[in-house]
Amino acid sequence: MDKKYCAYICAGCGIGDALDLEALSEVVSGEMSMECKTHDCLCGKDGRAFIEADVAGGVNTVVVGACSPRVMTREFDFGQDKITVRANLREQVVWAEVKPAEGEEPNSSAAEFLQETASDYLRMACTRAKKTALPEPFHLEVLTRTILVMGGGLAGLTAAKEAAAAGYDVLLVEKEEKIGGKALGWRKSFPTRAPWTDLEENPINALIAEVEGNSRITVKTATEVARISGSPGDFGVSLKAAGSKSEWDAPAKVTVEDQEKIEKGEKANPNTGLKKYTELNPEATKVGAVVLATGWTPADVSAFSHLGYGQIKNVVTNAEFEKLAKEGRVPASVAFIQSPGGKENDKDFPYCNSVTSMVALKQAQYVCADNADGKAFIIYQHMRTPGHMELFYKNAQSQDGIFLTKGSVTGVSENGGGLRVAVEDTLLGENLDLDVEMVVLAAGMEPTTLHEYSINLAYRQGPTFSDLGLFDGYADSHFICFPYETRRTGVYACGGVRKAESMEEAVDDATGAALKAIQCIESVDRGVSVHPRSGDATYPEFFMQRCTQCKRCTEECPFGALDDDEKGTPLPNPTRCRRCGTCMGACPERIIGFKDYNIDLIGSMVKAVEVPEDDDERLRVVVFVCENDAYPAIDMAGMKGLGINHMIRFIPVRCLGSVNMAWIRDALSAGMDGAMLLGCTYGDNYQCHFVKGSEIANKRMENIGETLSSLGLESERCAAEQVAITDYDKIPQLLNDFVEQIVEMGPNPFKGF
Amino acid sequence: MTDEQGTTGAVLVVGGGISGLTAALETAEVGNDVFLVEKGPSFGGRVAQLNQYFPKLCPPSCGLEINFRRIRDNRRIRTYTMTTVKAVSGGPGNYEVTLETSPRYVNSNCTACGDCAAACPDEIANEFNFGMNSCKAAYLPHEMAFPRRYVIDKGALTSAGAEAVKAACKYDAVDLEMKPETFTVHVSSIVWATGWVPYDATRMESLKFGQSKAIITNMMLERMAAPNGPTGGKIHRPGDGKAIESIAFVQCAGSRDENHLEYCSHVCCMATFKQMSYIREQYPEAQIYVFYIDLRTPGKYEKFRESWMSDAKATFIKGKVADMTIEADGGVTVIAENALTAEKISQKVDMAVLATGMQPSFALQGAPVALEMDPSGFVISDAARGMIAAGCAKKPADVVTCTQSSTAAALKAIQLSRR
Repeated sequence: MDKKYCAYICAGCGIGDALDLEALSEVVSGEMSMECKTHDCLCGKDGRAFIEADVAGGVNTVVVGACSPRVMTREFDFGQDKITVRANLREQVVWAEVKPAEGEEPNSSAAEFLQETASDYLRMACTRAKKTALPEPFHLEVLTRTILVMGGGLAGLTAAKEAAAAGYDVLLVEKEEKIGGKALGWRKSFPTRAPWTDLEENPINALIAEVEGNSRITVKTATEVARISGSPGDFGVSLKAAGSKSEWDAPAKVTVEDQEKIEKGEKANPNTGLKKYTELNPEATKVGAVVLATGWTPADVSAFSHLGYGQIKNVVTNAEFEKLAKEGRVPASVAFIQSPGGKENDKDFPYCNSVTSMVALKQAQYVCADNADGKAFIIYQHMRTPGHMELFYKNAQSQDGIFLTKGSVTGVSENGGGLRVAVEDTLLGENLDLDVEMVVLAAGMEPTTLHEYSINLAYRQGPTFSDLGLFDGYADSHFICFPYETRRTGVYACGGVRKAESMEEAVDDATGAALKAIQCIESVDRGVSVHPRSGDATYPEFFMQRCTQCKRCTEECPFGALDDDEKGTPLPNPTRCRRCGTCMGACPERIIGFKDYNIDLIGSMVKAVEVPEDDDERLRVVVFVCENDAYPAIDMAGMKGLGINHMIRFIPVRCLGSVNMAWIRDALSAGMDGAMLLGCTYGDNYQCHFVKGSEIANKRMENIGETLSSLGLESERCAAEQVAITDYDKIPQLLNDFVEQIVEMGPNPFKGF
Repeated sequence: MTDEQGTTGAVLVVGGGISGLTAALETAEVGNDVFLVEKGPSFGGRVAQLNQYFPKLCPPSCGLEINFRRIRDNRRIRTYTMTTVKAVSGGPGNYEVTLETSPRYVNSNCTACGDCAAACPDEIANEFNFGMNSCKAAYLPHEMAFPRRYVIDKGALTSAGAEAVKAACKYDAVDLEMKPETFTVHVSSIVWATGWVPYDATRMESLKFGQSKAIITNMMLERMAAPNGPTGGKIHRPGDGKAIESIAFVQCAGSRDENHLEYCSHVCCMATFKQMSYIREQYPEAQIYVFYIDLRTPGKYEKFRESWMSDAKATFIKGKVADMTIEADGGVTVIAENALTAEKISQKVDMAVLATGMQPSFALQGAPVALEMDPSGFVISDAARGMIAAGCAKKPADVVTCTQSSTAAALKAIQLSRR
């Protein structure tokens, strides 16, 4: 693109009152050699027409010095073939001016400080405009729109049906001989409509018939997925007979250390006999996205030995009882035990969610329905019947033959031909000994991912999701706002593998997962990213000639987007990529970059900041700011007039993970006095939208401290802080403290070199 | 296939809270056009009023910010605030919807510079903060408001106020003559994400809400704990500002009660554990009492409950609160029967928080068109008709369930456009 530039500075919202716009224009037209115009209100109709006239006249790269890029986005969007760069003169300069404390004289240089800050932001914006190229979306040579659904239970069948109803072909793989999954064994299902009192027909048979009769859906039973290779829009699925072994089985994860040990013969290669993970199976079936609906297995409850499972006859799990009920073999007196903790704790069985409370209520109804004088005792600590299920619960309470009480079950024992259940701390204030024919334990639903890879990816970072431990093994998301987002792009989990769910919940969940699979395929087709940078048409490009095979990008990518070859050269998979730039931040050779975001671009912005010499009042501290949370928080601080230290210069980054330590070195060697990273909370309750970016950046900063020390610079000149988007009232102080610390240290000794 | 309004398989999403935002974005990111309408002046709905989400204790504005950015960057979504549905005609696949935008009295010239608010002499009760403080009659709903555009409560403006506000605006953005505007859109289906309102606590006479400043609702506590709330995040007793030495959480305030909300509102137990964390952060020594029927913290929330139940200064009482007595010193006594011991408990505290439940918005205001609803006012989806419910319009749910069900609603909406 042959660029024609013009910069525009807005005088509105107090900018023109606080700043000398003429002098700013001179900075742009002089130092930056870019034409510069001012206007009283750029975002208004006249202002936009003012810019649009130039755009019509050939300007294609526009610098707007006005408000935050978080506002007036569409007003300053001049089309996809134009580049717009914003300099945030309002929220982060003029509104962020430090006001003198009450009774204090204003700093005599305050106006100069403000002018200097604004000049720097314009220098940076112009530099960015010069270094930004238009994105050229990545397109696959061949895009496959078929959706793979793994698991033919209720969730999988629903996902298949719903995706097909939107016009997509589906390949459904089920390891059992027939589809239907666990639901085939359910006698009845929970009420789904008012008055929420009556059990309903199990919908599974109707669903099976629908799927089997749908020409868009190909069902493969007695089949398993050996491995999935490739990337969204172009996954290759290797299938195999259920239970068999295949050379295409997904290879186990081998870390760099493992690899060394294997090579030295100190460790056995876990992948002996398997095809290498990068090898392509010519027989593989192509799919565009994957819905993981491999479901759950009943949890083993034999560890709760006081309840007698596995030792005493007629102590069964809820799943086993359902089977008996379907066969019409329901005893006349049954105790349902919801919590295994006795008097020690009041938790439900592990992996329960609220499903097991409702299952007990359902099964209690079987006892009464099948036996004239049936008696069902439900012993709970907390009945979990959310929403309208409360009415199901309430109905059971009033039903003859169903007895419910809070209580601690301390033991189950044999008593003649029957069973005796000892219950303490009941609502009646007394201890109970219940004599029943059968005891049903409310066993939880363990996700398949707890016991096996399930998804079987042939990825460098291993065959399954990362960090499942955070979710007790469920293939769940850590994001409350974005429940389908995991660390594997194009793979969306639903049903029992994601959460213990009722059938109604699983249907909804599977429909959502199908949507996400479709959306991923359509995004790949458009050459844009999926969440959270949805719509981003850039992607990381690698200058491989200079790669030293250090593998850092491959290892650090939070989404496992990079594979590698025998030597360790990365093999990018752009459609797996979420565009956070963590690879770019990782690369010591600085060979990874995006069209509008790269090492040179940000490095040049850093160098564009004017660094005065010998002026203790004018030290310079660059702060790399996560644009997702920290940057909006700084805008808020500005709106609230909280004052940002005039020595600070902010540079927004996609994620702290993308911050390359070269930029810190650039800043310090350019004579800046300090550098800070401001990003999201990490750890178990991480808020980083790219999961690991913030954490990785913090680690890198620890290491750069050592590098600085070796150069004779204080390591305290660099810092990384975690902030939340609501920390706007704390950020100005946090920045001040950092600046003060640097002022105490004195200027960067390399200044002027 | 682009129609005469320039859209493809357009979907109308009614309600701009977390569910509506999610449904709109998930639909648009597939490639369909979306009209997103919100009756309030800004998007974000109930979650914008929350200080934190359970169990991560993270700020909702973090996710909202990402969603707002996705909207700004996606030209397939057209957003309308202060807009409601007036009528729907046609049929599935081809609905004509009449929408009405109420006057904001601030036009699109607004730069959100804030001069009007600074100049405005008139104040109104701040609805965003449940009336716990006031704001100017020319106001931004809150700092994070999207769109960032001011609103004027014309009815609250004195004539001097009107003059001041008009004079203050340098951009000719104040238009006090603005009238309601009606327009139509053509869509293939409609997602109803109309959300919920906190159940009116004054309706439970025994809980004495409104009779003492020491009795607040859980949503009010959210605002008090929020850094952008009426107290800047400081929790104290409204009215006299007393520091909290003891506090009671009254669970099921309206929920699980056939005289009020017959269902369980699903979130209040988790919300109370979350709010215990707010109290504990500011008052390490405060005594906390939780009166409950059941503690419904299923699945992944069980760990969250466990960590807060181990709090040495927290007492959990299984018993529904029967009465409250207002004390002369500004406090309140909570009266309940312990269901395990049958003893009557009277516990005096500095402040009591009512865990009021969620009531579907349509239960009070009614639906603007014929929609199938259950007896409580929750919308029942009819996918064949292209009428799809999402989030808390459909059932009481936590945020993660709402965003999940809104994603599902997006697919049901899209299917109709592809027939």
